[in-house]
Amino acid sequence: MSVDTQLPPSDDDLLDRQIDAGRMQAAGQWVLIWHKFRKHKLALVSLFVVGLIYLVALFAEFLAPADPGKFDPRYTFAPPQSIGLFADDRQGGQSFQPHVTGYKITLDVKSFRRVFVPDPDVIVPIGFFVQGQPYKMWGLFPSNLHFIGPLDQSQPFFLIGADRLGRDLLSRTIHGTRISMSIGLVGVGLSLLIGMTLGGISGYYGGMVDRAIQRVIEFIRSVPTIPLWLGLAAAMPKDWPPLQIYFAILIILSLIGWTEIARVVRGRFLSLRSDDFVIAARLDGVSEFRLIMRHMMPSLYSHIIAAITLAIPNMILAESSLSFLGLGLQPPIVSWGVLLQDTQNLRAITQAPWLFVPGICIVIAVLSLNFLGDGVRDAADPYAK
Amino acid sequence: MLIYILKRMLGMIPAMIAISILAFTVIQLPPGDYVSTYAAQLAQSGETVDSDMLNSLRDRYGLGENVVVQYFKWIGGVVQGDFGQSFEWNQPVTELVWGRMAMTALISFVTLIVMWSFSLPIGVYSAVRQYSAVDYIATAFAFLAMATPNFLLAILLLYVSTMWFGVSVGGLFSPEFVNAGFSLAKVWDFITHAWIPVFVLGTAGTASLIRIMRANLLDELHKPYVEAARSKGMPETRLILTYPVRVALNPFISTVGWVLPALISGELIVSTVLNLPTAGPLLLQALKSQDMYLAGAFILLNGGLVLIGTLISDILLAISDPRIRLS
Repeated sequence: MSVDTQLPPSDDDLLDRQIDAGRMQAAGQWVLIWHKFRKHKLALVSLFVVGLIYLVALFAEFLAPADPGKFDPRYTFAPPQSIGLFADDRQGGQSFQPHVTGYKITLDVKSFRRVFVPDPDVIVPIGFFVQGQPYKMWGLFPSNLHFIGPLDQSQPFFLIGADRLGRDLLSRTIHGTRISMSIGLVGVGLSLLIGMTLGGISGYYGGMVDRAIQRVIEFIRSVPTIPLWLGLAAAMPKDWPPLQIYFAILIILSLIGWTEIARVVRGRFLSLRSDDFVIAARLDGVSEFRLIMRHMMPSLYSHIIAAITLAIPNMILAESSLSFLGLGLQPPIVSWGVLLQDTQNLRAITQAPWLFVPGICIVIAVLSLNFLGDGVRDAADPYAK
Repeated sequence: MLIYILKRMLGMIPAMIAISILAFTVIQLPPGDYVSTYAAQLAQSGETVDSDMLNSLRDRYGLGENVVVQYFKWIGGVVQGDFGQSFEWNQPVTELVWGRMAMTALISFVTLIVMWSFSLPIGVYSAVRQYSAVDYIATAFAFLAMATPNFLLAILLLYVSTMWFGVSVGGLFSPEFVNAGFSLAKVWDFITHAWIPVFVLGTAGTASLIRIMRANLLDELHKPYVEAARSKGMPETRLILTYPVRVALNPFISTVGWVLPALISGELIVSTVLNLPTAGPLLLQALKSQDMYLAGAFILLNGGLVLIGTLISDILLAISDPRIRLS
């Protein structure tokens, strides 16, 4: 139901469309998908957002103003600072000097809390590409360049506030992005491996094998996942190093998460198996391996990409739930779920509502991945209207 | 109909066995056995360790024998209503689980009913008035709700109610009703508390059910039989409710199969956040302290709850669709 059906198209339009049609007839699968995908505006925006989030994850060390573990008890629950562009200079006029406002810290005698009041007289000059705490980019290249930060490292710089130990929430959220998003990606990679293998076998061979695998899938889908994940996670020895726990969680998540991908792959294999071009290839004596890899796989790629995009948000949600409950990733590793553990304390969130920021990140990431997945799925189906 | 139900119940047996094996695996996963842990605990707290009692415990659970024997000893007890001993609470597991499981079942059931009663009319309306304001609002709500982890929603609700209304929410009963007997006042007290977990738990599910109902109905609305009924002058509201909605209802009912596991999963997190007396917090605590018989019992019973729910949905499906009943 586009507008074109109501308005008579002009000659130019017609000509354009003919050229377009000519190009489309010769276009490959991916060009067609991209062409269709582009019409889905929401998915296009989501693609941009998802790309941005993964860029943040990739360059976490550089983008974070401080080390995620750097703490300063003086700044417990320090509120977010506002950015100003102009500051008073010594001559009494205004000059361009990006800065954040400093704090005046007083102690509330009644509740023994620190009270932070923005002090307009104290300014903390900030800048881009500043020298700050040293780090190793991807654990390889030593550097101390930060995208944004205070010019003087001893000054407080909390763009979205600080947590219970006076750690910079922005830096922690940026580092959490890397862990949460990579769990999604790698976890889905593992699920894909299991799902493709079992789903492929199930759909290609059919019969008894198919029925057995289908029962297993049905069974896994009918078990409440969180108690099961927790049961598996609880069995992990508590003295494992964080990295080992990270991989263990990955494996636990994908052991249960592969069923949806297997279902999609099986469905496609089943319908492809009796397609003319597959039968033709088989009659020509093509080997089974080549038949699957060369002839059947290409018509599966787009569906698999859609299934992956829709599976990543589930992984992210699952990881954050596990970590939130304290049976997932353990500090010092920071993920969005680990950061949200702090919100379990009602007193902490009434004092510092900015602790919810990692939660907003989860919602944005999951939302845009869902839109992206929907867009890809619609674009990948050549028979859709 | 009776034969259909009997057949379905027979079909549940393998699933039940599979769940029991799964629960047993979770029990077996942590290193070491419980009796040794228990003995160490006793010794630590300075109590005398009665070696006869330990031996009888070992014998009871078949520890030291092979896994298959242990499994059969455990499942044999379960069938007779004995889930083993909780070492943390020093009580038989049976005394701990039933009250909690009943609360979980109640909350899940109420949430399911609430989810259906909201998503059905909204889904139908959004399909019939596609691209209307309501449809857009419902769609936006659905996407947002599906992207919000329910523990986050629970905490946000806690935060809002504490900051703005000055009341703390949590629990399922006011203190004076916790141990009170059944009365109308207690039911009302339950309702005033329970809407919060029901709201938190139901939001994501309602969202996806709205999407499902909308998609199902949209598929049906443009079929020839609808046009035929319309051309014969049938009133629009009656037409839609009698024919396409009835057809679209089928996949909607069978969603119980995956909504219920999701509810029980969500219930665990939400109850932990809101501190409800349901299975969730106790299961989490049991897993953290590796009180495995208690944890195993909950995992087994959760699975059982899902099976029962699926059975009920299949029966409903058979009632609403003669094709299933008669085949």
